[in-house]
Amino acid sequence: MDNILIKIRNLTKIYKMGENEVRALDGINLDIEKGEFVSIVGQSGSGKTTLMNIIGCLDVKTSGEYFLNGIDTSKLSDNQLADLRCSEIGFVFQNFNLLQKMTALENVELPMIYKGVPTKERRQRAEMLLEMVGLKERMHHRPNELSGGQQQRVAIARALANNPHLILADEPTGNLDSKSGSEIMKIIKELNERGNTVVLITHDPNIAAQAKRIVRIKDGRILENEVVTP
Amino acid sequence: MRYVEALKIAIRSILSNKMRSFLTMLGIIIGVTAVIALVSIGQGSTRSVTSQIQSMGSNLIMVNVMGRGGESSLTYDQAIVLKDSNFIAAISPVISTSVTAMYGNNSVDNTTVNGVNGDYQSIRDIQVAAGRFILPMDDEGRNKVAVLGSNVARELFGFTDPIGKTIKLNGQNFTVVGILSQKGSSIAGSDDDSIFIPLKTMFYFAKNREIRQIYIEATSPDTVEFAKNEINSKLLTIFKGDANAFRIIDQSQILSTVNSVTATLSLLLGGIAGISLLVGGIGIMNIMLVSVIERTREIGIRKALGAKKKDILLQFIIESLTLSGLGGIVGIIVGYVLSMVLGSAMNINAKPSLSTVLISFSFSVIVGLFFGVYPANKAANLNPIEALRYE
Repeated sequence: MDNILIKIRNLTKIYKMGENEVRALDGINLDIEKGEFVSIVGQSGSGKTTLMNIIGCLDVKTSGEYFLNGIDTSKLSDNQLADLRCSEIGFVFQNFNLLQKMTALENVELPMIYKGVPTKERRQRAEMLLEMVGLKERMHHRPNELSGGQQQRVAIARALANNPHLILADEPTGNLDSKSGSEIMKIIKELNERGNTVVLITHDPNIAAQAKRIVRIKDGRILENEVVTP
Repeated sequence: MRYVEALKIAIRSILSNKMRSFLTMLGIIIGVTAVIALVSIGQGSTRSVTSQIQSMGSNLIMVNVMGRGGESSLTYDQAIVLKDSNFIAAISPVISTSVTAMYGNNSVDNTTVNGVNGDYQSIRDIQVAAGRFILPMDDEGRNKVAVLGSNVARELFGFTDPIGKTIKLNGQNFTVVGILSQKGSSIAGSDDDSIFIPLKTMFYFAKNREIRQIYIEATSPDTVEFAKNEINSKLLTIFKGDANAFRIIDQSQILSTVNSVTATLSLLLGGIAGISLLVGGIGIMNIMLVSVIERTREIGIRKALGAKKKDILLQFIIESLTLSGLGGIVGIIVGYVLSMVLGSAMNINAKPSLSTVLISFSFSVIVGLFFGVYPANKAANLNPIEALRYE
């Protein structure tokens, strides 16, 4: 079986701003194997967010190829992309992006609702995941009753809900103090050790250094592809 | 499965904004209430008018003579020969005049006195409360007897028994022989305020023999048309072919005229109420649009987590359907109570019919659907990246 989870070839993304064309991504080639822990580093405006959106199937490329787990994403409809996001990708956002009107448990259940997991199974798995991130006692609290670190842990539990191949974390520690931040990084590393593929987008070199491989990106091009030696 | 989830989300969202949801529903509640109450009252009055007309008797034929040139009326003989027919059971020409009636010191001004013959009682299905009605022998003998409507009897006599007493009509003495039962007002006028005397007595009393009005009873409801045709051809002969010299009306004609008027009226009332439902629908659309903008970020999150377009669409449509449906149910309850209260105040049976309830409820749901689709579609088509970035 093919061990490559993400295969990107000659990927280009062009935004049209009136008359001008902005090349946000300009010929990206990138392979990420299953079980890898890769950080994508770049200054703001480097194109890393655009790359994350395309990897996360939230956006579509202008040209080039992107295979996720062997699936050619350019051939998929909006609905199929939604299905792919639902079952193959777990998002962890900088600002957590939890639904404020729902409890932690309900937030974790949400991706499973869209996948069609039966109610009982859904509830059990959500409880199990929240226990795993250490929030068993707080599963019936709403996000505004939780600290930033706790909210991000709920978000990680949610990202794992449908057992996706890829965890896509966009500045996951950006809104956290250093203590909560390192706790979150610890959980992310644990996930990777259990076999989840993690792609981490950040501008912080210290966070990026915790990954096993660092991809530096600048002006829409990959600058450097470096393996971190522990 | 997805519908149940969408319904849960909708109910949660409605409950999280109780005041706003209630105000939004109020538009639909008022609309449905108005439709049910107005249509029910319209139908109730139609029913009551219809039953009044039907109480006139389905065999009844009325002939009004307007005349032609010098001949503006029929003579008694011309009128009474109309009875020579297999289709006609009874006939009573009527001459009316207005008098002042007196008994002792009590008097009633401007009371209608109708000169009728003995057939009139069966033609108009008149019920006598005491004594008797005009008999053929009263007519033949030109007896000076009178039968009083219930209101006239009460005003002249109070609690005294009028039977056998003598009253003065424009100064002439008449003996009271009967009192009519209270009938209530009807479309054809009330007999409660009238006095009846024999037709031939009337010829002398009013110094008038011109017959302009004839009440006729056909032998059965099925022969009404034949009787009308026969009367028509006889009157055409008398008035030398001028069909405008007279008018022949039967109960079904009055009924259909009145029904077409009340149907138009009901439709008008329902239409006006329907407009308020429409306005309620616009209120829903307005709130749904605001709600979509407020929840842009939520929509972005849901899409990132794998919600398809149709999931978002369903969520918002079900939300607006729930709003309009709940509003519709409350409106049915309020409308039902209101129709019953107004109905009993107006003394008509205004119980809303099942079809009124069903139609107004489905209309409210359709309004919710129609005005929910645009905001829902707007939500479903949001770009997830932009929606996630929305503050």
